[in-house]
Amino acid sequence: MAKRLSVIDVDRCVGCQSCMFACARRLGEGGLAGACIGVRSAGGIRRGFVVVVCRACPDPPCARVCPTDALLLRPPGGVRLRADLCIGCGNCAEACPFGAVFWDRAQNKPQICVYCGYCARYCPYEVLALEDLTPPPSIRGRDGEAAGGGVRKEAPHAPP
Amino acid sequence: MLPHDPLPRILYIDLSRRRFWVAERPDLFEDGLGGAGVAIRLLEEECPPGADPLGPENPVILAVGPLVGLFPMASKTVAMFQSPHTGNLGESHAGGRSAVAIRMAGYGAIILRGASPTPVYVVVEDDSVYFRDASALWGLRSSATVGRVIRERERGAGVRTIMRIGRAGERGVTYACVVTETYRHFGRLGLGAVFGSKKLKALVVSGRRALPVADRRAYREAYDAIFQAATDSPLMQKYHELGTAMNVLPLDAIGALPTRNLRSGRFEGAEAISGENLARNYLGRRVACAHCPVACIHLAALRIPYPNDPYFYKTVMVGYDHEPIYAVGSMLGIADVAGMLQVLDEVEAVGLDVMSAGVVLAWATEAMERGLISLKETDGLTLTWGDWETYIRAVGRIVDPPNDFYQALGRGVEHAASLYGGADFALAFGGNEMPGYHTGPACHLTYLTGARHSHLDSAGYSLDQRAAAKGEALTPEGVAETLLEEERWRQVLASLVVCFFARGVYTPEIVQRALAVAGILRSADDLARIGAETLTRKHAFKTREGFDPAQLRIPRRILETPSPLGRLEENFLRQAIVRFFMGTEANGQ
Ligand code: SF4
Ligand code: SF4
Repeated sequence: MAKRLSVIDVDRCVGCQSCMFACARRLGEGGLAGACIGVRSAGGIRRGFVVVVCRACPDPPCARVCPTDALLLRPPGGVRLRADLCIGCGNCAEACPFGAVFWDRAQNKPQICVYCGYCARYCPYEVLALEDLTPPPSIRGRDGEAAGGGVRKEAPHAPP
Repeated sequence: MLPHDPLPRILYIDLSRRRFWVAERPDLFEDGLGGAGVAIRLLEEECPPGADPLGPENPVILAVGPLVGLFPMASKTVAMFQSPHTGNLGESHAGGRSAVAIRMAGYGAIILRGASPTPVYVVVEDDSVYFRDASALWGLRSSATVGRVIRERERGAGVRTIMRIGRAGERGVTYACVVTETYRHFGRLGLGAVFGSKKLKALVVSGRRALPVADRRAYREAYDAIFQAATDSPLMQKYHELGTAMNVLPLDAIGALPTRNLRSGRFEGAEAISGENLARNYLGRRVACAHCPVACIHLAALRIPYPNDPYFYKTVMVGYDHEPIYAVGSMLGIADVAGMLQVLDEVEAVGLDVMSAGVVLAWATEAMERGLISLKETDGLTLTWGDWETYIRAVGRIVDPPNDFYQALGRGVEHAASLYGGADFALAFGGNEMPGYHTGPACHLTYLTGARHSHLDSAGYSLDQRAAAKGEALTPEGVAETLLEEERWRQVLASLVVCFFARGVYTPEIVQRALAVAGILRSADDLARIGAETLTRKHAFKTREGFDPAQLRIPRRILETPSPLGRLEENFLRQAIVRFFMGTEANGQ
């Protein structure tokens, strides 16, 4: 079953970056270059944090603007990168309203969450979880409920 | 060290000429690992003997270590400089995002040289350095505003550190701090004043590097072991739940919570200012340093009504910890939590080291009670225990001194007492104001002998408490040796650079395993030797700059107020001091 990473309760986030380092470590690296998830303050640490990660849109704007169709749709939501097709133009990164298309500067290509859930295993405060992505969301663009912008989510895409 | 690890890269920033360059110094990191071990070597290179702490010749060294960016709780930056507060070794550690940001920008250390003729803030983004005009930021009322303005203007949200000073640093108050990520500090020994003397309002660093590891599988396994140990540990759980403020009540219960300038070790308002009460009634958010799952930083949400506007409120988020609570709570006799938090907020806004500020105000209050100073000196303020509103005004006067008295307060309690008397109750050790423990002889010996005169140098407070719990008698020799051993090991942690709160997790075995992932193979003996040598170098620097253990002043007050281990004896302390410094010379090579 297709999965996606979900931000369950961003108000519990302490900004520890454990998720970011985990995502990079998934590739066997230290540091942050490989991270496909980003945590930043919501306009100063006193206001808490925003967790930016791909929310696996059913009709992803990043894929729509790719001139070489390097971002393949992954039903029922999300994308997969075909690196051999990517020309590194950066359109996808600009198109994502959440800023969830991160950039691999070494390869000059996008790096996007692969919905593996490795990061969630290291979140000490249950901010993140991997969840099933079926059935497909019926209403396109109900962003307010979902992960990317760090908005609190009331169990969208709940299994029937 | 692995071939593509950027650790040995040192970024030099010359503020006088607005130039920067990078030098590769693998030799330093081979010998000193990183952090404190590298910083002291760079300070030896960069700081001329007798440097004026507020002159352009005083360098600022910011160093991180090999484990930063690889392992959790390796989250600290070590700053070294000549301290304007003590005129000797300045060393201060801070977390926030500072360490991870420096490492991710691709450096093991950053050196600030010279001084800018006009206010400037410096932005380091990977390989680029930008010098930005900060004249409009100079003199801003609050250090928080400085952070906000820079946050909105610069890139790197989420992976940057914004180290900045408040007006105290601009004005050269010798215990001005550098604030980073709003709630963490290079607190002690006056780094803020050194920034101010360089007209450096802020330093922003960001980056997103990859770091190589020797073996991927070994990396994940070592990581998991450390992460598990950290998240399973009951102590870490407490740091998360109550934070360091968990210490207030236990210290009060044994009579070790310095109160009203240490006239007592018990505070009748302890319950009110305790971590428990703050968590129940004020805790608004917990925050972590970068790459730390513990999240020990506690922010109180304080709702303040506007006096003349009905139903008009502002909500401020005030960081609290044991030391700030002691310094402006029990030490000033403030049991009104909301009042205490407002003093903390003011100290934060102007950018003072809260521990020194509290002790300075406590001394001034007692000096006023005893008639050593009058309303003339205090500029009309009647300093009274518990009167937090007056203390807030006094903080303002320390930063903008209307007279010689406040000017003197701006140089610390040792200096003020040398002019106005009252040295017996001027609570400074090696020139640095007292931390929040009066547990017995060992805590004071840490303040006296520690290279930074900080309670964290060798944690004598925990030695005292262990002795009390077990009913053991302490001896001068025993204390000296235990503290020396502890301070040496902490040099290793401070070189990696691992948070001291994680010392239980980072055992010598774990440290070796983590270093091996970074391609650095060191035996337990190697580590012990590196720790001892780093401490020896610090003492050599201090000796060069005129430090003499025989001249250490022991404030009478600590002998008068009984500790949980009874009344302290000056002889005991002197013997232990002699023994400690014999040890640093004998075994340190
Ligand atoms: S789910 Fe996997 S790819 Fe996506 S952010 Fe988490 S670790 Fe990275
Ligand atoms: S691991 Fe969890 S708490 Fe830490 S930054 Fe990521 S989402 Fe926030």
